Formats: sequence, C-alpha cells, structure tokens
Amino acid sequence: MDLTFTKEEEDFRDRLRTWLQDTLPRLPPEPPADDWPARRAHDCAWQRALHDAGYAGLHWPAHAGGQGATPTEYLIFIEETERAGAPYVGANFVGLLHAGPTIAAEGTAAQRARWLPPILRGDEIWCQGFSEPEAGSDLASLRTRAVRDGDSYIVTGSKIWTSHAEVADWCELLVRTDPSAPRHRGISWLALPMNAPGVTVRPLRTLAGTTEFAEVFLDEVRVPVTYRVGLENDGWRVTMVTLSYERGTAFAGEVVACRRTLTSLARTARANGRWDDPVLRRRLGRLHAEFTALWRLVQWNTCEAAHAARTGGDGAPGAGASVFKLRYSQARQELYEAAAEVLGPESLDTRHEWTAQRLSSLSYTIAAGTSQIQRNIIAERILGLPRGR
Amino acid sequence: MDFRLTDDQRALRAGMRGLLAARYPRERLRSLADSPGGPPAPDRGLWQALGEAGFFALRLTEQDGGAGLGLPEAVLLFEEAGRALLPGPLVATHLAAGLVPGAAEGACTVTALDRPGPAEHLASAEAVLLLDGRAARVLRVSPGGAPRALRARPARSVDSTTPLHLVRQLPRPPDGSATTVPADASRLCREAALLTAAQQLGSAFRTVELAVSYARNRSQFGRPVGAFQAVQHLCAEMLVRAELARAAVYAASLATGPEGAAEIAAAKLLADSAAVRNARDCLQVHGGQGFTWEADVHLHLKRGWLREGQWQSAAESEELLANTLLHEASHLPDGPHASDATDVLDAENVTA
Repeated sequence: MDLTFTKEEEDFRDRLRTWLQDTLPRLPPEPPADDWPARRAHDCAWQRALHDAGYAGLHWPAHAGGQGATPTEYLIFIEETERAGAPYVGANFVGLLHAGPTIAAEGTAAQRARWLPPILRGDEIWCQGFSEPEAGSDLASLRTRAVRDGDSYIVTGSKIWTSHAEVADWCELLVRTDPSAPRHRGISWLALPMNAPGVTVRPLRTLAGTTEFAEVFLDEVRVPVTYRVGLENDGWRVTMVTLSYERGTAFAGEVVACRRTLTSLARTARANGRWDDPVLRRRLGRLHAEFTALWRLVQWNTCEAAHAARTGGDGAPGAGASVFKLRYSQARQELYEAAAEVLGPESLDTRHEWTAQRLSSLSYTIAAGTSQIQRNIIAERILGLPRGR
Repeated sequence: MDFRLTDDQRALRAGMRGLLAARYPRERLRSLADSPGGPPAPDRGLWQALGEAGFFALRLTEQDGGAGLGLPEAVLLFEEAGRALLPGPLVATHLAAGLVPGAAEGACTVTALDRPGPAEHLASAEAVLLLDGRAARVLRVSPGGAPRALRARPARSVDSTTPLHLVRQLPRPPDGSATTVPADASRLCREAALLTAAQQLGSAFRTVELAVSYARNRSQFGRPVGAFQAVQHLCAEMLVRAELARAAVYAASLATGPEGAAEIAAAKLLADSAAVRNARDCLQVHGGQGFTWEADVHLHLKRGWLREGQWQSAAESEELLANTLLHEASHLPDGPHASDATDVLDAENVTA
C-alpha cells in the first residue's frame, strides 16, 4: 500500500502544472451552454492545445498515436487539469474515451491512421449510436439493420440519447448484421459519417431545458464495408472494451470537482447562516467522507488496472468500476440536494449553477448503465449470485 | 503509487487469518456467545498467542521487541480480527504496547477510555489507558473488579461476547492513581479510531460473504433466493459499502500526522456505516433465520453497535469533516473556480 508518487510522476505533475498555468489564462471564455457550434469550436481548440503540448491521448498506446502514459500519470493529468479549472473533455468525450480506444484496440492500421490522428488533434468529433428507443438497458436487443450491398452496408433504423450528434463528424454505430444469429452474435460496429445522405438528427430537450442529446434517424444510409471495425457480427465484443472504459476513470475528474463544490457549499452556508444548522453540517461532513473515499476508490481501481496492464491484461477497468459508478452517481445527486438546502429559495432560480447541476445530476443514475443494471453486474459478476430476471 | 497490498502485506494477512482459524474457530465464538455467566474475560492463552505472533508489538521497533511495521499492517491484522469477531480489548492493548509492561507480549490485557462511557473488559484488565487529556495516562488496576476511581457499574452487555461497564467519571489529573506515560493522547485516539474502523471493515466484508452464501443456498419458489433481484440488489449495496469503506480505511492508514484526522474520520464514519448497515441487510437476507440466536448475524450487528460508539461517533466524525471543509474554504485560492456561484447570481440580480 503506497500512495506516494515516484520522482518521474512528480516531475510529470510539475511540468503539467506549469503548462496549465501558462496556457489557461490565454483560453477564450466558455461559450453559452446551448451554443453547440461554439462549444464544439471551444472544445476542439482545447484539444488542439493539449495535442500541441504532447498531452493528447495520454493513456492511449503509442501505436495509436498516444503517449503511452501509465494509469497513474493519466490520473495525475485528470486531477491537475480539474484542479486548475481547465475545460472539460466536452465534445471530444466519445472520440477520446469510447470510439478512439475501440479503434486503437480493434481497428486495422489503415483505420487507425484515418481516424485516430484527427481525434487527438481535435479536428473531428465523434458521437455514440448505441441505445435505441426499444433497446436501452437491454442494448443487445438493438434493431437498426445493416444489409450488405456490394462493398457497402445499407443502414436503416434509429438511435437515441446521442450526445453531441448535432456537431459530430462521425458516429460509432452498433447495427444488426445477422438477424438470425443469437442476439449478441449478430451485431457489428460501424463508423458512420454524420453527413451521409439519409442521416437526420432531431435534438431532444432534457428536463434541464438543455439539448445535450438527440435522436438520430437512419434511412437507407450507405456505409462502406471498410468502415467496419472488427469482424462482421463481432461488434458486441468490440464494444464491451469501450464500455468498461466509460465506467473507469471517466468520472475521476468529476470527483475532484465535486469535492471542490463541497468546499464552496461550506463557505456559502457559513455566509448565509445555514451553517448553524447541525443537521446540514453533518450532512456536508458525511458527503466529505463519501467523496474522500470515492477518490481513494478511483486510486484503488487505477492501481488494479495498472497492475492488470503490467501483467498482460488490457488495463480496462473490471467489474470494480461498477462499484464506483454506482456510489458516485448517488453521491453526486446527494451533493446537489445538499446544495439546494444550502441555497434555500435561491435554489429555485435555474440561473444558479448548482440548480443546473442538481437537474443534470438526475441523469447520472441512468446514463452509462442504470444503477439497477450496475447492481445486477455486481451481484452476478463480482458476488457470483445466480443469474436473475 | 501502488495502492494494492504488497506480497508481504498479503502474507501477513494470510498468517493472521490462519492463526484465527486455528485458535479461534467459529465454534469458539459460539461457545463464548452462549456462556451461561455472561460475556467471559479474554482467553489468556489466545491472548498470549496473539502476543507471540506480534499482534500487539507490531509497530514497536525491532530494538523494542517489535516488528517495526506501520499502521497499514496493523489495519490488515485488525481487519482480520473484526472479520472473525475476535473479542477483547485488542485496540487498547495494541496501543499500550511499549507503555504498559506486558502489553506487547500479550501477558496482560489493557482497556482504554477517552471519556466517561462504556468500557470493555474492564473487570479483567490489568491496566486502563486514559486518553482524555493531552498526555496519555495509565491506571493500574488489580483484575477482579472495576477500579473504584472510575465509578463504574457493570452493564448487561448487548454484545454477548464483550463484557461492559458504564464508567461515570475518569480520575482528574493530577489524580495520583493514574501515571502519565510518554505518549500523545490525541495521536493514540486517532489510531484507536482507525484500528476500530479496520475491525468494522472486516465485519462488513464478512457479512457480505454470509449473505451471499445464504442467498445461494436457500431456495424459495423453486430457485435460490439469490436469483431474485430484490435480494441481489441488497447484496450489491452491501459490497459497495464495504469497498468504499476499505478504500477509506486503507488510505487513512497511510495518512500520518494530525492532517490525517479528516481521513481517519472518513474511514471511521464509513466503516461504522458499512458494518452496521451490512449486518442489518445480512439479517434481512437471512429472513427468519436472521432473527435467531443460532445465526451469526446478530453477533456482527451487536459488535458493530458497540464499535460505532467507540472513539469517534458518527456525529463527531461528521462535525470534524464539516469543519475541515470550512477550514479549506477560508484558504481557497483565487482562480476560475474560487468564486461562489452565489456571488455570480447576486451580481446578475443587480444588473437584471
């Protein structure tokens, strides 16, 4: 058990801090939340800055154009950028954390050369076409069809909850290529160009009033067979690599941010007098414990992943990531519930950042695998309980 | 950074588990729980075996007859003790090693108090560690009864393997009955809270195992009850509590000095919750069996209740953690995130 850092890791942290200090003040201000083209430009400029400084694809393997950093270095990167108040990964999320790692792991040399450099440079944005109106938690029941026609697939169907669809260049798409095969064995992974004829994007309004995601309708869209990553009908396995990344360090930066919000809550409560309420104080104290432990759990999972990578595993987070995701999503909601109590009536004004966060936090126990699905995973894969229904 | 256990740490933990399996099997726990005369005094033979294995002297230097190991190793041993529900004033005797002759070797038992309240194994102890002031004090007592200076009355202990007295007062310094020893009482209190948390952690993981094992083997409606999501989800939440507590407890064992106080408070708070709530859920998974004396679940629950009140209660931990936030808030640097959202909104209101 050792939570200290090596000389190399401390040097890495120092260099990064210096770079952030120099770079962040020169960044343009953040655009309005609903101006998607401006947000895309902003997120891409940040990614370009990271790229030019040698921080793009830090955790990607070298053969994919990444820096081949250790999981510990990647965690330092997440911690330091968050602490410094750097922009979020934003529109680059799918490219850097889902589609990119999938292509790096499963793509051909030509596919890697075509798609990975633009992701790392912040030139191209990816979105995710997995869920469908009739395939949510039961993703393997997806029905979007891809029928082979010469050297193309003809794709028809619809996708839902697709974040950044309006500004994306590419979509990592799961399609059914063999309707007669068992559900998990008839799925393929395609890269869909969002400007292809037959693609229609309809933004969805969230309960927060924002348009973060969209429905994507596919009407006989022609996709070259060379845009398929992995073997035909092997898309489920190809995808699972990606999904476990999502539950690994994807939320690590947010834990740092939540921890800082908690400090701000204490300051605000002290200023407006609510600090005198011992029930509220104790609630904030318990949240402090939760987020302290969640950060330690991130470090624990990171070290497990690092060990797996050293000993020949793929370094992808295992079922332990479900434990983290389950608790973190609840804790985040509890944090913004506490924030509403600190704010009192002001919390009913949606211009307040914490109110916006309280609303958006409601998606956390649903997105990326609902809490119920996470509990199923823990019960069956970690605890070894019999498969239930 | 490698948070995982080293090979030596794994070996140490396995050694402790083996020792307890041999010297303190489940039948022993059950016979203690069924003692007709109430909770018995610690088994001196077992106490000595623990002493020989280095359980109490673990953190003393090799010169002083110890193993020269640290809190992370101690935490692993106490986690095993908590898992097996090993009774006795383990924390106090461990802390007394080097301060009370015989404690390090397991030749005597030492209990401890940081305030008036419940004291475990008081009647059989050779010494009481008093941690209510700045410097630690030792009250030597002759086994056989509670020392008069503490004005204690025996309780009928809810934990049937831990005899309890309720102490009404601690001798005020400079009361001649207690002698000052060269140790910082607040440091010992923090370590006591951490090692108690480690015991709770062991119990929390054990009740996960008990619940999962029962859910796999008990059938209703023609299938194991563990195949029902309602039961699966109880078990999953139990594991989440235990894993979160483990991350907190192990990390706190690495945080040295007073600045580790918040980490220890978090560890104690989460480990207490994990032990007590896991025991409750384990009881629920066991159905009617869980309400019987024969099932081990109630022993975990009652020990959990006892431990959660020791050293740092939930209220104390939460207040400490809240105050740490406030302390941080007064040191917030200016930066993109330093301004409160409230300030921003107020500014907007002015212009609106």
